[in-house]
Amino acid sequence: MSGTDAAPSDRDPGLQPERTRLAWRRTTLSGTVVAVLAAKTALHGGASPVSVLAAALCCVFWLAFLRIAHGRITTLAAANRPRALTPPHAAAATLCMLALAVCGAFLVL
Amino acid sequence: MIDFVRNVRLWFVPEEVRQEGGTPDYRFSLANERTFLAWLRTALALIGGGFAVDQFLPDLRWGWRVGLALALLAAGVLCSLRAVNHWARCERAMRRGEDLPVSRFPALLSLVVAVVAVVMVVVVLVGWEG
Repeated sequence: MSGTDAAPSDRDPGLQPERTRLAWRRTTLSGTVVAVLAAKTALHGGASPVSVLAAALCCVFWLAFLRIAHGRITTLAAANRPRALTPPHAAAATLCMLALAVCGAFLVL
Repeated sequence: MIDFVRNVRLWFVPEEVRQEGGTPDYRFSLANERTFLAWLRTALALIGGGFAVDQFLPDLRWGWRVGLALALLAAGVLCSLRAVNHWARCERAMRRGEDLPVSRFPALLSLVVAVVAVVMVVVVLVGWEG
């Protein structure tokens, strides 16, 4: 009746996995904005081969980040107590950002 | 610098991290992960700002426009590198039960953003006159 018998570990009052999932989604959305801006920059400047290639690479890296985020979200949803993010995962997500910035430098120049 | 190289190695060898200390409460790890993602979003905003300068200030002289855009892109690169480095350091500190690492980076970044904002105001005013 009082509910004290239920395992307290079953309930996470902070909804931590939920919030982490949404943080991944927000980050992917920010990446979408950057990819769209990259495409706009490429098409605006007369669409030289280099800028089209750079914009296409931006989209590829955005897709890579989407994949990483989706994989992580799947892991978060799979277990009641999800495992922590692994360093290669974090490094891969960071590499996508770095690649976006490098493609951006080629687009701007 | 040597610390940094050691940290970079840890990004790619997760087993070494897992051997140290004990596994912290998963909620702390998830909070650390969200902080990492928030820094990645900051980096993305800086990168997007670089594109925006290039696209939406077409009246600027080429040098100023490209210089500002590249500065913002470089800030985005630094920010994302720092994000993963700080995440790894926090994760290790939690496993070892140490204090979380402190950092000058947030203060530095806010100063840089403030300077870029002032430069943009000046450049836009001067650029539209000339």
